[in-house]
Amino acid sequence: MAVLLEIANVSKSFSGLRAVSDVTFGVPEGSIFAVIGPNGAGKTTLFNMIAGVFAPNSGTISFAGQRIDGRTPDEICRRGIGRTFQLVRPFPTLTVEDNVIVGALLRQPDVPAATKRAREVLRQLDLFDKRAQLASKLTLPDRKRLEVARALATEPRLLLLDEVMAGLRPTETDRIVEILKKINRDTGLTILLIEHVMRAVNSLASRVLVLHHGAAIAEGTPEAIVREPAVVESYLGVEAV
Amino acid sequence: MPAEIYLNVAVSGLLTGLVYGLMALGLSVIFGVVRVVNFAHGEMMTLAMYLAVVLFSAFKLDPLLMMVPIAAVLFVLGYALQMGLINPFITRPEHSQFMLLVAIAIILVNGLLIVFGPDARSVQTSYAYDSFAVGPLIVDATKTYAGLAAIAVAAALFAFFRFAPLGKAIRACADNYTGALVVGLDVKRLYALTFGLGAACVGAAGAMLVLIIDVTPQLGPAYTLLAFVIVITGGLGSMPGALVGGVLIGMTEAMAGLLFTPSAKSMFAFAILVLVLLFRPQGILGKQLS
Amino acid sequence: MRSLLLDGVSRRVWIALGVTLAVLLIAPLIVNDYLLTILILILYFAYTAQAWNIMMGFAGQLSLGHALYVGLGAYTTAALYVHFGLSPWLGLPVAVIVSALTGACIGFLAFRFRVAGVYFAILTIAFAEFARIGFDHFGWVNGSSGLFLPVANYTQSDLWNLRGKPVMFYYVLLFFTVAALALCHALLRSRAGYFWQAIREDEEAARSLGIDTFRYKMYAVVLSAGMTSVAGVFFAFYYNNLFPEQVFSISRSVELILAPVIGGVGTLIGPIVGAFLLTGLAEVIWEFLNAFGFDPPGAKQVFYGICLLFVVVLLPDGVWPPLSRALGLAERPDAPDDKPEA
Repeated sequence: MAVLLEIANVSKSFSGLRAVSDVTFGVPEGSIFAVIGPNGAGKTTLFNMIAGVFAPNSGTISFAGQRIDGRTPDEICRRGIGRTFQLVRPFPTLTVEDNVIVGALLRQPDVPAATKRAREVLRQLDLFDKRAQLASKLTLPDRKRLEVARALATEPRLLLLDEVMAGLRPTETDRIVEILKKINRDTGLTILLIEHVMRAVNSLASRVLVLHHGAAIAEGTPEAIVREPAVVESYLGVEAV
Repeated sequence: MPAEIYLNVAVSGLLTGLVYGLMALGLSVIFGVVRVVNFAHGEMMTLAMYLAVVLFSAFKLDPLLMMVPIAAVLFVLGYALQMGLINPFITRPEHSQFMLLVAIAIILVNGLLIVFGPDARSVQTSYAYDSFAVGPLIVDATKTYAGLAAIAVAAALFAFFRFAPLGKAIRACADNYTGALVVGLDVKRLYALTFGLGAACVGAAGAMLVLIIDVTPQLGPAYTLLAFVIVITGGLGSMPGALVGGVLIGMTEAMAGLLFTPSAKSMFAFAILVLVLLFRPQGILGKQLS
Repeated sequence: MRSLLLDGVSRRVWIALGVTLAVLLIAPLIVNDYLLTILILILYFAYTAQAWNIMMGFAGQLSLGHALYVGLGAYTTAALYVHFGLSPWLGLPVAVIVSALTGACIGFLAFRFRVAGVYFAILTIAFAEFARIGFDHFGWVNGSSGLFLPVANYTQSDLWNLRGKPVMFYYVLLFFTVAALALCHALLRSRAGYFWQAIREDEEAARSLGIDTFRYKMYAVVLSAGMTSVAGVFFAFYYNNLFPEQVFSISRSVELILAPVIGGVGTLIGPIVGAFLLTGLAEVIWEFLNAFGFDPPGAKQVFYGICLLFVVVLLPDGVWPPLSRALGLAERPDAPDDKPEA
């Protein structure tokens, strides 16, 4: 499989503090790839660099063979990377459908076409029946799925999910895992997720990268990862006890 | 023109600037703590100026002495305003808070217009034309008193926030709203106190300014804007910044009035504002925005 | 494909709009001169309210200096008419271009240098003040001594030169107000409308969806500035005199935003309803005070202030959203719609 997103020797410091240090990995096209790590491991920093919120101090980020590091968030989206926010940010006074139409308008020629696309996405994410509600009236699990729907409506080649399961109950987590798996299976969409919830990662990801103190300490299948001594010590050990 | 003229104008601008600074200090304190921009600031100052005019014309009370009672009146007004109207707006969007204060400003300006009419009022003290000769300089006595009084009030406010337990509590609110709630501070009351203090500053400044310029109701919006120019130039939320900004704008206006035409002087203040907004949005003494 | 103009408007709304328009069309035949001047004032504020609403209500950019664009429109067409006898209809495109370019400059500076929120609002006031002082010293338009348009006692209305009786201005303004409503309606349902609302709600989230927020904010400013300047043309030819002190003053800018805020920022009908309520009520109160021989300057404005205070405290979304629900004319009902899928 070709590599869709390539992170090469990426580092980022904030006022002298190293948040991400010399991280390298590749996300194969069509895969579901997870980055995990304890709090403060640099996951969100890494995510924000891919999404264009800020540029790395050194190293390169390439998407579909082209450099994207240092590009603006809107350009990165136009190139085919959709993202969600860890703390969901729907447009509160717009309806669920209008929220998704905003995303769909990126690739669709006009509003009716975007509406059609938005409704398809809303069906995929079990939000179709709630499409006329104001986004501010939704429950947290619904808002999390709206966030995914809005990003999907931009028709990305790569979907970046920032702790999309955080704060959800296990049944809700399973529901969103099923939806994501189905979309990946049906459309071949590549997904990169940053996660804290191991349950989701184990059943969803085909490959996992473990970050600790800003550095990549292990990479492999979920099954292999949990047996790595470094991982157990630094992350799972602490969390599991 | 001889150099003394420039120096005289500069000193005059500096003294007026100190009064401006005190006025802006009120705005800065309110914003720094309550995070609400007081769009009725200049209007509150014209109210104070009219109070001084009335006290002077009715009872021959010197505005410099009346500074304290006028500041007290404005304190009560500010406290009541924050308690009654603004506190419920703390969590509302910025533009909503802004409209609330615009409404208050409109009512103040036009209320004053109804009561006092559109004509300019002034205060003629016995020392209005006195001046001191300091070497080659001739310094206007009124402005000197006003400038010194402004420094005194500002110093008292600094001391309050630095040393008084209440001042420290207010600073705690400003730094961390939730934290202040958690440790049991009555944030709403502290906000009201802060707004009252800011209003008191502008009240004191108004009492001094009435010695320097004539007051009309329409002065309100212009001085609101001037207070913003000063506070943004100095750094929104920075107390020394307000004074530095006030002096800078005061001197700029004075110099522009001398070198160009007095009617164009505020243009230079706006030019400074635009440059600061574009190139140093945190202001001269403001902290770097994250 | 359904037309942008017709989409999403219920029959009840059409009837309500139709009846209102019909009443407004025949109004000059019924009302006296005094009421006509008030209707003209109402339409003037209804028009400027809609123009301002594009920038703040749709795109979320708070401008407090919109008197700048009214003034530029007024001065451009008036000066061209006075100096070259150019018809205001030919001066209009020039005025729109001047205003739009000015808006573009302010927008460019503000958005490129990330001046936002309250700072942006203050920047817009500062530019209006710049213009006020600048025009005070601008000899070609007579500076602070004011620019006057020649007036005569008109027996006939000259539409081409906008010289004539109030009733002509009334119909011109009615036309522009209706045109602005149609435009706003179409805009809100267009790509730009969706993107503007996204920017208004959450700019960072909007960018993450690929929206070039700088570009769309610029569109909003340029369009709003250009539209506002049309009101200036009317202002100049209706009042026949222009003083920088009055035209560009902060209170003019504040006056412009009262109607949309009271009616409902971001709604289509709200700004118009706001203009009717505010100006209409103010006149009633004014008459009432007059009847008691009490008519100090500023009384009307105090009333505006109290209205604004009342609405801001009690109806944070403005008068129109709750009113429209009560009348069954809501622009966006909360219940799921039963429209067939597109």
